[in-house]
Amino acid sequence: MIGTPVGLDQLHSALKGLAGVDEVGAASRAAMLGTRSIKASSKARAIDLAIAMVDLTTLEGMDTPGKVRALCAKAMRPDPGDPGTPAVAAVCIYGDLVATAREAVGDALHVAAVATAFPSGRASMAVKLLETEQAVAAGADEIDMVIDRGAFLAGDYVRVFEEISAVKNACGSARLKVILETGELKTLDNVRRASWLAMLAGADFIKTSTGKVTPAATPTVTLVMLEAVRDFALVHGRKVGVKAAGGIRTSKDAIKYLVLVNETVGNDWLNPDLFRFGASTLLNDLLLQRQRMLSGHYSGPNYVTID
Amino acid sequence: MTDEPSGFPYAPAPESTAIVNISSSYGIFIDGAFVEPADAPRFKTINPATEEVLSEVCQAGAPEVAAAVAAARRAHDEVWSAMSGAERGKYVYRLARLLQERARELAVLESMDNGKPIRESRDVDLPLAAAHFFYHAGWADKLDHAGLGRDPRSLGVAAQIIPWNFPLLMLAWKVAPALATGNTVVLKPAETTPLTALAFAELCQQADLPPGVVNIVTGDGRTGQLLAECEGVDKVAFTGSTEVGKQIQRSLAGTRRRLTLELGGKAANIIFDDAPLDEAVEGIVNGIYFNQGHVCCAGSRLLVQESIVEDLLVRLRRRLQTLRVGDPLDKNTDVGAINSAAQLERIVALAESGDAEGAQRWSAPCTLPDRGFWFPPTIFTSVSTAHRIAREEIFGPVLSVLTFRTPDEAVEKANNTPYGLSAGIWTEKGSRILWMASRLRAGVVWANTFNQFDPASPFGGYGESGFGREGGRAGLAAYLQEASS
Amino acid sequence: MEEGNKRRLAVRKTFKLYIGGAFPRSESGRTYQVLDAHGGFIANVAKASRKDARDAVLSARTGHRSWSAATAYNRGQVLYRVAEMMEGRRAQFAAEVARAEGCGTTDAERITDAAIDRWVWYAGWADKLAQVIGTANPVAGPFFNFSVPEPTGVVVLVAPDDSSLLGLVSTIAPAIVSGNACVAIASQTRPIPAVTLAEVLATSDLPAGVVNILTGDPAEMMPSLAAHGDVNALDLAGIGDVELAARLERDAAGTVKRVRRPQPDANWYRTPSLAAMSDLLEIKTVWHPQGI
Repeated sequence: MIGTPVGLDQLHSALKGLAGVDEVGAASRAAMLGTRSIKASSKARAIDLAIAMVDLTTLEGMDTPGKVRALCAKAMRPDPGDPGTPAVAAVCIYGDLVATAREAVGDALHVAAVATAFPSGRASMAVKLLETEQAVAAGADEIDMVIDRGAFLAGDYVRVFEEISAVKNACGSARLKVILETGELKTLDNVRRASWLAMLAGADFIKTSTGKVTPAATPTVTLVMLEAVRDFALVHGRKVGVKAAGGIRTSKDAIKYLVLVNETVGNDWLNPDLFRFGASTLLNDLLLQRQRMLSGHYSGPNYVTID
Repeated sequence: MTDEPSGFPYAPAPESTAIVNISSSYGIFIDGAFVEPADAPRFKTINPATEEVLSEVCQAGAPEVAAAVAAARRAHDEVWSAMSGAERGKYVYRLARLLQERARELAVLESMDNGKPIRESRDVDLPLAAAHFFYHAGWADKLDHAGLGRDPRSLGVAAQIIPWNFPLLMLAWKVAPALATGNTVVLKPAETTPLTALAFAELCQQADLPPGVVNIVTGDGRTGQLLAECEGVDKVAFTGSTEVGKQIQRSLAGTRRRLTLELGGKAANIIFDDAPLDEAVEGIVNGIYFNQGHVCCAGSRLLVQESIVEDLLVRLRRRLQTLRVGDPLDKNTDVGAINSAAQLERIVALAESGDAEGAQRWSAPCTLPDRGFWFPPTIFTSVSTAHRIAREEIFGPVLSVLTFRTPDEAVEKANNTPYGLSAGIWTEKGSRILWMASRLRAGVVWANTFNQFDPASPFGGYGESGFGREGGRAGLAAYLQEASS
Repeated sequence: MEEGNKRRLAVRKTFKLYIGGAFPRSESGRTYQVLDAHGGFIANVAKASRKDARDAVLSARTGHRSWSAATAYNRGQVLYRVAEMMEGRRAQFAAEVARAEGCGTTDAERITDAAIDRWVWYAGWADKLAQVIGTANPVAGPFFNFSVPEPTGVVVLVAPDDSSLLGLVSTIAPAIVSGNACVAIASQTRPIPAVTLAEVLATSDLPAGVVNILTGDPAEMMPSLAAHGDVNALDLAGIGDVELAARLERDAAGTVKRVRRPQPDANWYRTPSLAAMSDLLEIKTVWHPQGI
């Protein structure tokens, strides 16, 4: 664990000094938690919680204002047939569509914009900062930035740190989610180091993936990131959120993540301020399960709306 | 962070018991059939989580044991040893498949009779039991490659006495290699957990296993003693306490009967300052709280490098608070019931000796059920090597924490025990792992993992943890003799 | 050379114990008479006491530490060196065997040659045991898993009473080739070749304490050795008394020792079985995860 403020000259050795992660052990812990059987009232609660944690996402080249407006409508009222259904936490879109989204959701939801040359992160610092500033100016109150994986893998932790700090600064009051793109970091040791690096640099959330790289979120990676926010809070007294993004499509999967949160960091993180799902298709499966639990019979795809 | 990490209450998720059909009483299984001995006394087997009576079984005496051994002898001489290895192997494969087919039923039965969590009986005991039969089945026609020369011979009748901690799995460890190597078996399950062995008898019938190849006699230690001392027996395989193991070794002195023993342990689980800490915490938990600590190779002595002991204990205590103790049949239970009132008494007494000798006790906060036998996951700190809880096998969910300063000291402390069954090493440094592994006097060394088992992996102890190996090619030697000897 | 035709008086040897690389007398000061096969006096040989036996176990424990830490290649070379040293004393061994066992010169030479060749046979095993007995185990999970043989530790062995040299070598060599140290109790009635073997071992680069050879009465020494807490295994090859053997086995159970039972009908000429070595080995299995 890294305690007292670390000078940039010590950053490398501090991150290298973090305890290693044994991949097999971490995977087996995550798999074991995946066997938890969440039934009845616990399941109902978990589904509502999961819905409220969704960052409903569209990040396609073919996104249009119309598509974003539809997404926002769905985000605010996921199940028009049941007003008791919670709204999702945020919509997550490209920066040029922020104004459209903000107009659609008003103050009802967070608007998260991906920035910093998402998803590759391959652009100059000036471009990344300008992109961030413009998204915030257009109404984004959450910024999902990507780290420079090239710099990270080259061992240039200082560069990654400085970039995150600068983006955080450019965010102003908007909350910063730092996407580690764990599918490109490959090892869990890297995931742990990148998590600490992002937190030390000021991240409000650490996020697994862009969704554009396979594998995206996995229970094992998320476990390691949850351990990092837990340990960070213990040393620095600041709770950093975790966002699992990409590849989580079913209610069953989502509940497994909630179990991971519950048994790794506990109740404090079981709310949308500290845990999010970055997803698009997950929401409809959560709604189908919710309908089934309320009606007692299986629902069908035509009983939930397409975005 | 709150003190109560678990704020997401899981609704009860009980596994259904409808799948299990328990008779109100059982006879013993001899020569392919259940027989009801006229005079044998009967005793009850209970569910240790509820103290409800599950069934009644026989206390087999000398006549029953003799009949079982005679049936095994006949089956060995006339049928089983004469059969080709390939055919014998096919019977063993059948048993593997039957265990897989009826896995859920047997897992529930095991949890009811033993008190272990259904998650473990379902995910560990049953899959591994089937795997043992599957692995050994393939050896039956390849014994020329067992390392004992061409055409090694079976020993004859194997008397197998197994413990209550992994009833069906220990049966598999014993029966599978014996059958594959051409021996026949008289098995005695532990008196508190006879039901899955009796269910296995039914599997033998479903497999059309020739009568007498597997015989099962129930009873307590007296039955075991009669069996071990029976003249017609050629080999005794015992898993259980070191105390009883010594008695058996004594009783076999001067006979021609061969012996393998898998006895107790007091394993050191050694955590270096460069360990993968979160996985080490899981390994510690798995090492001592798996199966309520009723594990001969449990990592009951935690040896922590002094520089990280405080940090590690914070992590360990926090983790223990998330352990779910209770109904073994609930799919979310991590720690089930202590197997018997007698075992609970022993655990309580040893824990009290820890208090009396000045160690600091901490137990995970958990609500224990009103009925049944329970003991909370417990850690003792400030333990010195002289304390009873650092030397004696507790066989319960009780961890003793000691510290060390250097690798040499870790090895010295780890080896400072008459036992030598297993050990754990946690460090990210590869060369240190190999250095440690070669110096630890233990039959199984887990590096950056703990309590892993596999039929292909030989298991057994040094010193007073016993002799002989079970599993792998090394395990075959326990049931074979060289053709020329 | 005025005394050239006079018969020279031979210098006789004092037959002592071999403990920790040294040749002490018995601490008890006792000796016993050893006779040849025809009843003729050969020598007074040290009669080891329980205390000598205890000292021998202590030395063996020390010897075991360095010997088991040596490379298998090194152990193999040392065992081969023993054969070389024996070869140099071939005539002496043959004469002693002939006198002890009452056999003709041809037989005695055959026995001696077999004993020398046995060292060569076992020398070759040192760096092959782990390959023949060890295994890589394909477990069903992401683990590297292997099993290796390791010496059990200190072995107390009672050499066959009849086969004074070949039987002795055939019980010592399989014990030590893998890294065990031993306390060998020589044939009580035919101990002379054993004492000569001790002299060979002392000059064969074998670390002190790896082999300790005691002469005397096994029935006197063995009960305390069988119950000894720092002895790992017994080889009762030469215990002819079935009652004594059973008693020793019972005593051994107190510390769960590995026991090789008596071999009254053993044919020491035969190529030994692997069991002679593997009975005195432990199998250690090591698991490690495979991950990135």
